[in-house]
Parts: sequence; structure tokens; C-alpha cells
Amino acid sequence: MPHDGHDHDHGHDHDHAPPPDDPSFSSDQAIAARALRLLLEEAGILAPGEVARQIDRMDGIQPSMGAAVVARAWADPAFHDRLIATPVAACSELGVDLQGTHLHVVENTASVHNVIVCTLCSCYPKMLLGIPPDWYKSYEYRSRAVIEPRAVLAEFGVAVPEEIEVRVHDSTADLRYLVLPARPAGTEGWSEEKLAAIVTRDAMIGTAIPSA
Amino acid sequence: MGARFRPGDRVRVVAARPAISVGRAHIRTPHYVRGQDGMVAEVMGPFRNPEGLATGGDGLPMQVLYRVRFPQAQLWQGYEGPAKDTLEVEIYEHWLEPIHAA
Repeated sequence: MPHDGHDHDHGHDHDHAPPPDDPSFSSDQAIAARALRLLLEEAGILAPGEVARQIDRMDGIQPSMGAAVVARAWADPAFHDRLIATPVAACSELGVDLQGTHLHVVENTASVHNVIVCTLCSCYPKMLLGIPPDWYKSYEYRSRAVIEPRAVLAEFGVAVPEEIEVRVHDSTADLRYLVLPARPAGTEGWSEEKLAAIVTRDAMIGTAIPSA
Repeated sequence: MGARFRPGDRVRVVAARPAISVGRAHIRTPHYVRGQDGMVAEVMGPFRNPEGLATGGDGLPMQVLYRVRFPQAQLWQGYEGPAKDTLEVEIYEHWLEPIHAA
């Protein structure tokens, strides 16, 4: 514990600087989390190192995995259909293990633009896209995305024409959503690798539209 | 297990607002759709009930999960956008009741 070695009591806020090389000890929350982890390890519920390994694994999941899935769907119509019908199996074809996530793919078309939010917390397809952006977890996004999605999209630089339906998905339960953006014009003949490079994280949340 | 509703069915979200406190149910039905009429977009199959799972239970019996679609203009007074805009929420079967044609 960071307070080991201190011989004075303090149940108060203070400005002892945390060790500069160890930011993991810099907050009360971090101290509480460490204490909880040690207790769980002591009780045999967590194996030593399990939390660190899980963090490393999560850090290894990047939006590029989702982008590869989208690019394959753009390039291969049969894969596209499998991705819509059986998303978990389709992702596994690309070596993506969704770890039990019930992925649901919603496709942007000429008549519908999809956008994802979780008003209750921050549900997100972490096993495909990694850690969500901070704004996705903000109260502002979570409330405004359902009430005034077009205004929110405009702030992201996405103007959805009136003739296109905006469909908000409030991800509140067991499903995790991937937006399959429409393949932009001008990408004919592109390799999957080149296609994947234009698929951003936000495009897979529905707050951006890929362009060539 | 059989699903009570099918895609296209008109349904109403139960308007209950039980108090939530420590040890009480953890409800995944957002308040803003409770009491609202919608349409079943897709039947997603049975899932363990989060209201039981959240308090250490087994979440059984399972509940069929639906994606239910609502018109935005119906949910929000003064909604700024075309009438075709929609919102979908995942709702477990025990939070849905049928709407019978008048």
C-alpha cells in the first residue's frame, strides 16, 4: 500500500505527492481497487496477476479489429450477409473472439443511419472495439444522443439528410452493437487493408461516416 | 422457450416504476420508454434476467429479449427531426404487454 511506512494517522485529504513513477497509486479509488484485488486474491477468487493480464488483453483490443470486419463485409458480399445473420461466427472467421459478447450488427443504408448509445451506463462492444472513448460514457452524450440525435451527430460533423431515418439504439441489456457503415463511393477496387484504414472507431458507433 | 411476441407486434412497455434500493432489482428498462407503445423489431432469444443476476441470483427463469422500436416524436415532446426517426431499446419480455386492436 502506498501509505505503508507512514507512521501518522490521516483519514483526510492531503497533498502527499504520489511516487512520480507509479501513477497507479495516485488516487483513493486506485488504493481501494488495489485493496479489493488483494482481498480477492487472498480469498482465491482471483489468481495473482489475473487483473493485470486482463488489462493487457483489453489494451490489445483496438478499433482496427472492428475495421477489419467492416472492410471484409464491404469486400465480400457473402461475408456481409453472414455478419448480419450470425455476427459472432462471422467475426471468428477473422480470428476475433468476442468472449461471449452477443454482437448485433446494424447497417447504414440509403434510408437509415444508425447510432449507438447506452443511456443506463456505457455498454459497448469492448471485445471488438476495445475501451470506449470517454465521451461515450459522458452524461451529455448518453442523454442527448437519445433526445436530440441529429444535433449530436451534427456536432460530430455528420449531417443526416431529412429523408434518411436516424435510428438510435439504446444498448441497455445483453446486446452489443456494431454499426456497419455504408461503403463510400470512390473506393471501388480498393484492397481490404486500404478499406479498413478509412473505418474509424466513431464510424462503427455511428458518429462518423467514412469517406474515400 | 417460446416468445410471446413476434416482429411487427404492437407492444406497450410496463409503466411500473418500482423503487430501487440496495438488494432490490437492477432494472435495464429505461424510464423514458416505460408506459410507451412500440413495435417489436426483432426477437433476440432468451437471456438470464438481469434483475436476478444483479443481486447474486441465477437470473432464472430466462426472459426473451426483444428489440422494440419507438417513434422519436412519440417519446420526446418537441422532438426536432423528421417523423420517420426512431429509437430501439432492448426490453425483456416481462416488461412488455400486448396492445390489442381497439
